[in-house]
Amino acid sequence: MFETIRYDVSDGVAYLYLNRPDKLNAFIAQMNKEVKEAVKAASSDEQVRCLVISGEGRAFCSGQDLAEVDEKMDHGQVLRNHYGPMIKQIRQCEKPIIAAVNGVAAGAGFSLALACDFRLVSERASFINAFIHVGLIPDSGNLYYLTQLVGQAKAAELSILGEKVSAASAVEIGLANQLIGEDNWGKGVNDFATRIACLPTKAIGLIKRSLKAASTLSFEEYLEQEAQGQRIAGLTKDHREGVTAFMEKRKPVYSGR
Amino acid sequence: MSGYEFIETSIKENIAVIELNRPRQLNSLNRKMIGELVVAMEAFERNDDVRVIVLTGKGRAFSAGADIDEMTNTDPISLELMNQFADWDRLALIKKPIIGAVKGFVFGGGFELALCCDILITASGTEFSFPEVGLGVMPGAGGTQRLTKLVGRTKALEWLWTGERISAETALEHGIVNRIVLAELLMEETMKFASKLAKQPPLSVRLIKDSVNKAVDYPLYEGMQYERKNFYLLFATEDQKEGMNAFLEKRKPDYQGK
Repeated sequence: MFETIRYDVSDGVAYLYLNRPDKLNAFIAQMNKEVKEAVKAASSDEQVRCLVISGEGRAFCSGQDLAEVDEKMDHGQVLRNHYGPMIKQIRQCEKPIIAAVNGVAAGAGFSLALACDFRLVSERASFINAFIHVGLIPDSGNLYYLTQLVGQAKAAELSILGEKVSAASAVEIGLANQLIGEDNWGKGVNDFATRIACLPTKAIGLIKRSLKAASTLSFEEYLEQEAQGQRIAGLTKDHREGVTAFMEKRKPVYSGR
Repeated sequence: MSGYEFIETSIKENIAVIELNRPRQLNSLNRKMIGELVVAMEAFERNDDVRVIVLTGKGRAFSAGADIDEMTNTDPISLELMNQFADWDRLALIKKPIIGAVKGFVFGGGFELALCCDILITASGTEFSFPEVGLGVMPGAGGTQRLTKLVGRTKALEWLWTGERISAETALEHGIVNRIVLAELLMEETMKFASKLAKQPPLSVRLIKDSVNKAVDYPLYEGMQYERKNFYLLFATEDQKEGMNAFLEKRKPDYQGK
């Protein structure tokens, strides 16, 4: 059903692989659309409790396929029609999303990784805000997320100089969560994803809502939304399970409900 | 209460709830549904057990708009003779407070119905829109009038001309809705608000609605005179005596609606 991505679900984890390896998984409009559809499918699939986005081959994603760019292109409309809807779908998703950055994440590929909740990096991973090298500005939500992750100063440096950030320094500056060694990459990503998939999924979704609210609402409004979020979490089976397991001195088994 | 085909009603603790009940059609409004809605509203208006009316929709949307099938093959004369919007005029005569609890899509006639409510509580993620322009028509049940009085000519024209979707946040910003709550808690939060309102002295609530509605239509001077008469009128109520005595005696008032 998908041509530019590979999507499958196993053990509560949905794996979304960008699948244009000979083009370093560069974005074309169809890939924007397929990523959006897959994220939407994962969001509504009750079996899915965690989503992993990664790339086939040696790159994570090299950004927009420049073969699709010509003089007549209205870059603003491309964002409104293709990248925006994809990034919004990711932002709406209430399930945890992990970017498993297996190689270079450049331009909009960097933005895609930023829109996720976690970034795991392999030794071969790197991030480049490459837009400046073709006279453009970071797009697809890039600076919205990047400034929150690394602050204004570092975001400006990465965007204006467009220098490559290695996997190790990505972890150092708070851009990535964890570096996983090359020989352990596949298993490391799976273990991390499975661990996340076993957590109270509803609560994670509510944490994501609170995180978004923290940057958009006033303090008073935030506290009200927090109260509503906690009310919803307090009604979940997983909350009961957590409390019961604690009382019974055993490990909780969460169902995601 | 039963006997309705397209709505469901219930009463609990002085709060009447009316639910649009065509969830598979996203509660698209047909004439019979509006007819039933008016009958139910008027019955609650006369029912002393009811102090507040809550209007909501079953399923994932409040209402995606009017039933287009009903309108495709109609003509101006039959519309005039049928005079279907007379039912909508009757909705505007209800004196008890109406709280709308809306979610999902609030489009077209559904948006107009929402604008008939006095208070709107909306689930986050709700979208509002007047898409009529895309069908070669325009709103006919108060959309151009109520929206304009609410948000002003500038945004009303833009939204009515483009048919674009208005987010819950934008609706809040422009005073279309009172508050946004997390979707899971829409009914719980609405009922909390409704029960607070149901504990207020009903005649005060009633005459406040009456006066505020006049503020929309009357010039300021006439509105002020109108308000004054309602203010005086409340001194004829037992609840005024109860309210002021309770205040002096430092206790909680118990209002009877008399």
